[in-house]
Amino acid sequence: MKIVKIIALVLLACFVGIQFVPTELNQSDIVPKTDFLLVNNPSEHISSVLQESCYDCHSNNTDYPWYNKIQPVSWFLENHIEGGKEELNFNEWGTYSNRRKNSKIKSIISQVEAEEMPLSTYTLIHRGAILSNSEMSLLINYMKKLKDNLE
Amino acid sequence: MKNLKVTTTILTMAFISLTTMSCKDKNEKTNEESHSEMSHEHSDNHHDNDHSEMNHDTMNTSNNMKDSNAQNTDAKQVLVDYMALKDALVATNKNEAANAGKKLEITLSGFNVSSYTTEEQEELKDIIADAKEHAEHIGKSEMDHQREHFKTLSKDIMDMIAITGTENTLYQQFCPMYDGGSAWLSMNKDIKNPYYGNKMLKCGKVQKEIN
Repeated sequence: MKIVKIIALVLLACFVGIQFVPTELNQSDIVPKTDFLLVNNPSEHISSVLQESCYDCHSNNTDYPWYNKIQPVSWFLENHIEGGKEELNFNEWGTYSNRRKNSKIKSIISQVEAEEMPLSTYTLIHRGAILSNSEMSLLINYMKKLKDNLE
Repeated sequence: MKNLKVTTTILTMAFISLTTMSCKDKNEKTNEESHSEMSHEHSDNHHDNDHSEMNHDTMNTSNNMKDSNAQNTDAKQVLVDYMALKDALVATNKNEAANAGKKLEITLSGFNVSSYTTEEQEELKDIIADAKEHAEHIGKSEMDHQREHFKTLSKDIMDMIAITGTENTLYQQFCPMYDGGSAWLSMNKDIKNPYYGNKMLKCGKVQKEIN
């Protein structure tokens, strides 16, 4: 019994301890000129869909949920965002070559069509990020048009 | 006392699950890295055996054919890896395709563009950056995604060959059915469709002969 108590105390101490480890937040007030929305100037509806459903992980500015204040949740999210930005950062859209843009758009279409994006682990809590059928086809049609214009 | 026990158990479980969750991604990454290194070595050996064992697309990469131009060797190796990937897709072998994708990613990372003109370098760097991403995804995706990425990758490799040239005779082949029409490169004139494998092995035609 004593051992259990000790282990519990140690774990509790660890849990409290890691709360003080600082994490770098993915937040920025600056929207660069290379941002997807500034470069392509889509309709307001499409802009809001992208910002609501994609920008948290695919831009330099995340709208963090309250539970991000708790470790190790924060680390988990940071990891996610880092991976997301590596694949696609809408803020850096203008820096991509036509070849890269074409590849990115292709992946966006394919991922959204297959309902692999936005991630189900993300929409589990961010219910607002779920794409309705009409939003999905709106987004896909827009991306297809954008892709055709590249070629 | 019983309450304390229950609380500690719950606390412990919650903590452990959270910790493992947060570490999971990192671990996966390291695993992947070591995997790809291993598969690199593995496929190196594999290639040496290719000539005798298989009737697949192979190129003479033995030492007596050593190229005076190091850049050409890079482009050549990219083609070797690409052909291995294509063969794996023809065979509808997801794991082989993934390994070939990882190997191609490593080869592309080491591609030395310094002997080309500034303009060509820019173009090549762009192609390599794009192709690397496709190769990386092929290394960790399901078959249908692998084939999707292979389509764009093929375009990259064709554009690359247009700059680097090649001493091999290549056939640009085309399947009108896959995704509104898709091309790929092969060392053999015979059609073996990498987009459908056995489902439609013979679908396609030679579009262009390179060299």
